[in-house]
Amino acid sequence: MRIDLDELGIGRGGHLLVAHALRGVEPGATLEVTGRDPMFALHLETWCRTQGHGCAPGGGDDADTLVVTRGTADSARLRGASRAGDVTAAHLEARPPAEWGLAARGALVEAGGPIPHFALDERDHVWADIVPRLYAQAVSAQWDPATAVPWDAPIDHPDEVEDAVVQVMTYLIENEQVALMVPARFLGTVHPYFREVVQLLAVQVADEARHVEVFTRRARLTGRELGLSSIGGRASLATLLDEPDFSVSALLLSVLGEGTFLDLLAFLMTYGPDPVTQAVARLALADEARHVAFGQAHLEHRLAVEPQLRTTLRAAVERRHDALRDTAGLNDLVFDALVVLAAGAWTPEAIAIGHAHVMELQREMAEGRTRRLGRLGFTAEEAAALAALHTRNFM
Amino acid sequence: MESFLMGAVAYDPKVVTIWDGFRAWFREQDFDFDYLLYSNYERQVEDLLAGQIHAAWNSPLAWVRARRLGDAADIEVTAVAMRDTDRDLTSLVVTRADSGIETVEGLRGKVVGVGAVDSPQATLLPLAHLAAAGLEPGTDFEVRRFDVGVGLHGDHVGGERDAARALMAGEVDAACMIDGNHLAFTNEGTLPSGATTVVARTGAYDHCNMTVVPAAAEDGVVERFAALLLSMSYDDPQVRPLLDLEGLHVWHAGRVDGYRLLEDAVDRLGFYDTAGRVTADAYRP
Repeated sequence: MRIDLDELGIGRGGHLLVAHALRGVEPGATLEVTGRDPMFALHLETWCRTQGHGCAPGGGDDADTLVVTRGTADSARLRGASRAGDVTAAHLEARPPAEWGLAARGALVEAGGPIPHFALDERDHVWADIVPRLYAQAVSAQWDPATAVPWDAPIDHPDEVEDAVVQVMTYLIENEQVALMVPARFLGTVHPYFREVVQLLAVQVADEARHVEVFTRRARLTGRELGLSSIGGRASLATLLDEPDFSVSALLLSVLGEGTFLDLLAFLMTYGPDPVTQAVARLALADEARHVAFGQAHLEHRLAVEPQLRTTLRAAVERRHDALRDTAGLNDLVFDALVVLAAGAWTPEAIAIGHAHVMELQREMAEGRTRRLGRLGFTAEEAAALAALHTRNFM
Repeated sequence: MESFLMGAVAYDPKVVTIWDGFRAWFREQDFDFDYLLYSNYERQVEDLLAGQIHAAWNSPLAWVRARRLGDAADIEVTAVAMRDTDRDLTSLVVTRADSGIETVEGLRGKVVGVGAVDSPQATLLPLAHLAAAGLEPGTDFEVRRFDVGVGLHGDHVGGERDAARALMAGEVDAACMIDGNHLAFTNEGTLPSGATTVVARTGAYDHCNMTVVPAAAEDGVVERFAALLLSMSYDDPQVRPLLDLEGLHVWHAGRVDGYRLLEDAVDRLGFYDTAGRVTADAYRP
């Protein structure tokens, strides 16, 4: 075989043509290479040495031709290499080898090298078949806080109602911060082979970052200081940060916590006293619904293959309840603020209506939790009992 | 048995990665190997001859000194292994293509940039080559040294690269470098393709080797060490990344006939005397 590099120097990419041609000859066989770059022979000899190929003058009168003998090093890299599974998510390995590490799923992985540890490396511990679809939805549903919210809409309710809105926003922000940090902590421990899970968690973190932004901006819209962050509220949220198990966390944070928040955000969307409050609640609600759907679908997937996990989940709900037994639960100020916010006015009649709405909200929250637990295979009685043990802080 | 102890010069942080990896591999082969890092080759060679270490991963210049010290003290010194990529190298003297300097004679009265004072490939060999061609360094042309990593025998590429940059900046009329670095500097853009002319190329020489003092170890240990080195396979995924870092595909048995040019250069330039004492001016590792 022979190739002609013409004027192209090895130092200007000529080595690509040589390497490509060498793949067509067996180790030990030769390739004639011709070139007219002034450094042709010097650079080809040097390049061959670094690549483990032989290189010798072509003989005869042709000074522009060298004979390259293919070595064995360039093909050694592929010996023992393995495919990191199928590129699609259709046939996922139950437990991809740690050696695949950061390689793309479906890539040809050279043997050897670092063996990074990813704690979440079992399919059934992170997966749900809906994940690729949820990720696609999540990406297409991203919104820009600058333009998605009518920040200039008028706010003409009484000061007392605005104070209530600010208190509720203050409470929402700290909840969203936990909802950001929990998936963020798991994110780096998921084997990258489960790339759709990593991607979905990444978007989930970005969702929460936007929620923190819009709730903060709404709270400051009328120039007030932020409201109170209570010990009880933060104690409840801190227990979520401490949960080391992904599936248990999916239950506590996504199914029960964010699930409860769906009702709360729907409440704010309906009874929010101004268009901005309604808009930020509506936008957050759409995102949170995806987060709940992932948690719910993951637990359904895992429980289908590991029904005994239900005992662990039950114990986790009870343990969290016990841990929070001595805390005050929902900050009174938040409860009262929800009443005033829903009242929309500072009159006895309006307050009575607001109070009734909050009572209704709490009933809907409990029903929602019971319903979601029922879908996880808990009996109606168990589901109702566990739903009742959920933190009074909602999240 | 005490550990078989090899010296290596820490010219780059990767040296630790390489020899940690090789140490683990040797121990898996049931060979009790350890290594000691040196900040310069002179002390490594002196320790080798003093029996402090059994082997030294030596630069070609360190080999020359070890051989001379060994001869003077009547101690046998041999090279048991070398990299496939260390055989039959050459050094170049290059000028700017637009300078009009196309021959060695054209360097008369000019400024020639070289690497560190103790670089075999970028200083000693090319200067000796020019001297043999009739141009005495410092007399027939000015030598501009780029001393980076003195004591590392040119393992640090910085001096060569600085000389190449000075050439392109017009600060020197010629620059000396090993052939492989001419390609590397072309690839990275330090020497743009087509911008240089090779006015001189040394004969072929060999580079690093694994130097041992056979009498320092128990019978058979040096042989086992050499046999294990030579058995390392580029097909083995455990050692392949280490071989890549060390820049070889296969260890060959050592040979010592590739250092003749450097022995001549060391004599001609007075770097060491025949007994291996350092005689170079202004050389303090």
